[in-house]
Amino acid sequence: MIKLENISFDHCIKCTVCTIYCPVARATHHFPGPKQSGPDTERLRIKNPELLDDSLKYCTNCKRCEIACPSNVKIADIIQSSKWRYFKNVFRVRDFFLARTDLMGSVATRVSYLVNFFIKLFPVKFFLDRFMKIPSERRFPKYAQGTFLSWYNKHRKEQEAFAEKAVYFHGCYVNYNNHDLGKDVLTVLNAINVGVIVTDEKCCGVPLIANGYIDKARKNALFNIHSLEKSASAIGARIVSASSSCSFALKHEYPNLLEIDNSAILDDLDYITRFIHERFENGNVPAMKPVPVRAAYHSPCHLERMGGVMNTIEVLKKIPGLDLTILHSECCGIAGTYGFKKEYYKVAQKVGAELFKRIERVNPEIVITDCETCKWQIEMSTPYRVEHPVTVLARAIDGKKL
Amino acid sequence: MRLMKRIETEAIVIGGGATGAGTLRDLTLRGVRAVLIEKSDMASGTTGRNHGLLHSGARYAVNDLESARECIRENKILKKIARHCIEDTGGLFVTLPEDDPSYHGKLIEHCKYAGIRCEEISVQEALRIEPNLNPNILAALRVPDGTIDPFRLTSANVLDAQERGAIVLTHTGVSGVIREGDRATGVNCRDRRTGEEFEVFGGIIVNASGVWGQELCASAGIALRMFPSKGSMVIIDYRINNVVVNRCRVPSDGDIVVPGDTVSLIGTTSKKVDYDKIDEITVDQDEIATLLESGEKLIPNVSRTRVLRAYCGVRPLIAVSGEMDGREISRGIVLIDHEKRDSVGGFITIAGGKLMTYRLMAEMAADLACAKLNLKKRCRTRTTALPGSERKLDQAKSVKFFTGIPNSVVGSTLYRHGQRIRNILHRDKRNYGLICECEMVTEGEIEYALKKLNAKDIVDLRRRTRIGMGPCQGQLCAYRAAGLFVKYDSATSTESNKMLVDFLEERWKGIKPVLWGDALRSVEFCYWIYQGLFGLGDVKFPEEGEDR
Ligand SMILES: Cc1cc2nc3c(=O)[nH]c(=O)nc-3n(C[C@H](O)[C@H](O)[C@H](O)COP(=O)(O)OP(=O)(O)OC[C@H]3O[C@@H](n4cnc5c(N)ncnc54)[C@H](O)[C@@H]3O)c2cc1C
Ligand code: SF4
Ligand code: SF4
Repeated sequence: MIKLENISFDHCIKCTVCTIYCPVARATHHFPGPKQSGPDTERLRIKNPELLDDSLKYCTNCKRCEIACPSNVKIADIIQSSKWRYFKNVFRVRDFFLARTDLMGSVATRVSYLVNFFIKLFPVKFFLDRFMKIPSERRFPKYAQGTFLSWYNKHRKEQEAFAEKAVYFHGCYVNYNNHDLGKDVLTVLNAINVGVIVTDEKCCGVPLIANGYIDKARKNALFNIHSLEKSASAIGARIVSASSSCSFALKHEYPNLLEIDNSAILDDLDYITRFIHERFENGNVPAMKPVPVRAAYHSPCHLERMGGVMNTIEVLKKIPGLDLTILHSECCGIAGTYGFKKEYYKVAQKVGAELFKRIERVNPEIVITDCETCKWQIEMSTPYRVEHPVTVLARAIDGKKL
Repeated sequence: MRLMKRIETEAIVIGGGATGAGTLRDLTLRGVRAVLIEKSDMASGTTGRNHGLLHSGARYAVNDLESARECIRENKILKKIARHCIEDTGGLFVTLPEDDPSYHGKLIEHCKYAGIRCEEISVQEALRIEPNLNPNILAALRVPDGTIDPFRLTSANVLDAQERGAIVLTHTGVSGVIREGDRATGVNCRDRRTGEEFEVFGGIIVNASGVWGQELCASAGIALRMFPSKGSMVIIDYRINNVVVNRCRVPSDGDIVVPGDTVSLIGTTSKKVDYDKIDEITVDQDEIATLLESGEKLIPNVSRTRVLRAYCGVRPLIAVSGEMDGREISRGIVLIDHEKRDSVGGFITIAGGKLMTYRLMAEMAADLACAKLNLKKRCRTRTTALPGSERKLDQAKSVKFFTGIPNSVVGSTLYRHGQRIRNILHRDKRNYGLICECEMVTEGEIEYALKKLNAKDIVDLRRRTRIGMGPCQGQLCAYRAAGLFVKYDSATSTESNKMLVDFLEERWKGIKPVLWGDALRSVEFCYWIYQGLFGLGDVKFPEEGEDR
């Protein structure tokens, strides 16, 4: 028996709303849904941990159930923590590497050409599929050459010169794969007279949590909280992130799931469009050139869970010329590392199918979304290019071609 | 005039509580032909209204050494013959700062006299065993307490007897005892569902009707005085403790927190009630307050949990000598040979005791019954396992055997039915679709209960399977179950609708006393579903069948 502290499951009134909103339960009968995997069987697991069901592994931790729940049950948290509390942790090479985005990134960025070349080759794909259980259909994000951090260090001085500054948690994707997005963040924030400060950081922990490396996730969390607090409080800056999942982890997963006190930074944390939207509202809108593009906007699950979608939409609406269609809220299915695993690949694609169809019906020139993994999933599963809202904004500001 | 139906048998057992069910099984195992008559459902009397503590005897050791000795003897026997009805959790006796510290030493000493293994452990050790325990306790003792599921126990006894040829008539009341001169020879019965009246005759009548024994004796012209005492309990939505937690003091209100399957219970109070009120007892607000307050002292988490329901039962205490002033009230087992005591032959009463001692009571009653029938047959219940408990259970093996069916489903079914799980779950038949999601009750389990375990309505089904006993108290499972009654030809659709109403009313009764917080929200929602969505309140039923 565990010492019972988190008992939100007890507030469930069995309305089954969460099950209706769960994209995975809809896609596969192997997953009985949030209500059953969460509050229902949690009662049984408290009684006897052996009653844990394998089907729990199908949950993508998209948190859509938690948005739907009228009783404020932390359903996805219950499922995640049950996974790592009760499953005997079998070591899997694949999961180890998928979880270590920063380790992988720091190695791969040194030899990014090779990695990007090899990963596309048939024998490599065959090997990954056969022995690592990574589906050969899955396309990988490209690695960049060098890190964003080393680029930034060359520009640190200029940024520090700004009177107002924000601490930017860039995350692994920007650091190792997409430096351009990081640069776009600088363009946009600088345009509203805010300097960007980058401090020491480790992976936010989302892939670690998903793969059961909780101790490591906790360590990273403590490191990040400490480091961000140090840089932010010294200069009275806010902390922004342009990755909805990183942002979500810092804000919610740390206290709720990892049970780590993040109160030192919680009030200063902003997802980037919230930060920008606030400035815009206060009249601090930079001069923008028209971006005459037909775009469809997809809202990522974790941003929805934070209640941040409105900010992104409001910011995008300010871009002159942008012809924006807001897609019906659907999960894209990739769920971070979930879609990289052979056993879930089909489910992931089925979950995303509705979204892909909806995008096709709009037939936009680009798709806009806040989440890097949503981007990979949509780019792999549809013929459309996907951009981050900040990138679109940066093009309006610097007038370069999108 | 139509001739009345008449059943002839060797022995008649009245009352389908643990005692009656145990007696039926005992007699059947000795080869005696027997009929059991129960006015409502098995374990619907006091047997189904206690907190299911498998006493080690420690609770009685200081005040009632004889009961303590009985308990520990039966404790050891039941752990062998009724494995699947028992959780061998172990128990703690803990001393709170406000408790008399000298009781601790007294308890150790008396447990020694009674032969109960009682071991002193450190406070840290107690907190390790029971992490949610009040950390301010001063001392702790460990005893071999456990828990026992009264519904399952009664049902397993009946199932065994039926498989060996006994006849079981539930929802059938005994309206009077038939006498021929100075002998009781049979009973008048009425099937409460169909209204049919009939007679059962037998060489011996065993009155195991618990606290209702006074009424029954009166109908046979015998004066037997009962002194009913009411006890209330509250149920917490989930397991807040691993082991039975007792307070180390002279037994009093709200002393025990018992883990029972997926829930925990706080028990109990003790209040005298008038005999003519035994069928209408309810839980009082002050009792709930007492229980929650005392429970919280033992396990502080209680204050944050959702209380699922409250219920009460009546202890059948008897005046042995027939005296009316109650000086000779017995708390132990009472076996009365009415031939000797009241000069009425063919009639015996077995009452008092505990759920815990049901087997011993059955043995005593069956011994006397056999003596009256001039049969020399030995009791075999000490060693013959109940159906489901034949072999020691291994969850991991069963889970493996039923690969493909969720662990939570296999584990729960195994827990409830032991070895008989093989008669219930089938990988190939898809009979493991869930009907009750809170307690993991499958369609297969319901089919089994309908066909093999005498479940006649949804309330009965609850006692066999735990359907509707989870947090939602029947919100999803009840109407699914009602449908299955029709599917498996156990009821017409009108009957099943009525069952649904009865079931919801029964659930409602137990929730009413605890309507606040999440329980209230849940009930409101449930009400909306049945009333707003299904319009169940507007369904009209023809006035017949069971008296409500
Ligand atoms: C609050 C409380 C807590 C308790 N806690 C425990 C505990 O933790 N552990 C323990 O071991 N014991 C406990 N007990 C004691 C235990 O519950 C009883 O001793 C035991 O259940 C009695 O069983 P029984 O079969 O004799 O009576 P019952 O279960 O009452 O059975 C009598 C049956 O006879 C039927 N009947 C009555 N009249 C007729 C009729 N005319 N025709 C047909 N049928 C009839 C009734 O419907 C009933 O089902 C507790 C008791 C109470 C009240
Ligand atoms: S987190 Fe997402 S996948 Fe998991 S149960 Fe909730 S809605 Fe379903
Ligand atoms: S939505 Fe919330 S209250 Fe409703 S069933 Fe799901 S967890 Fe329970």
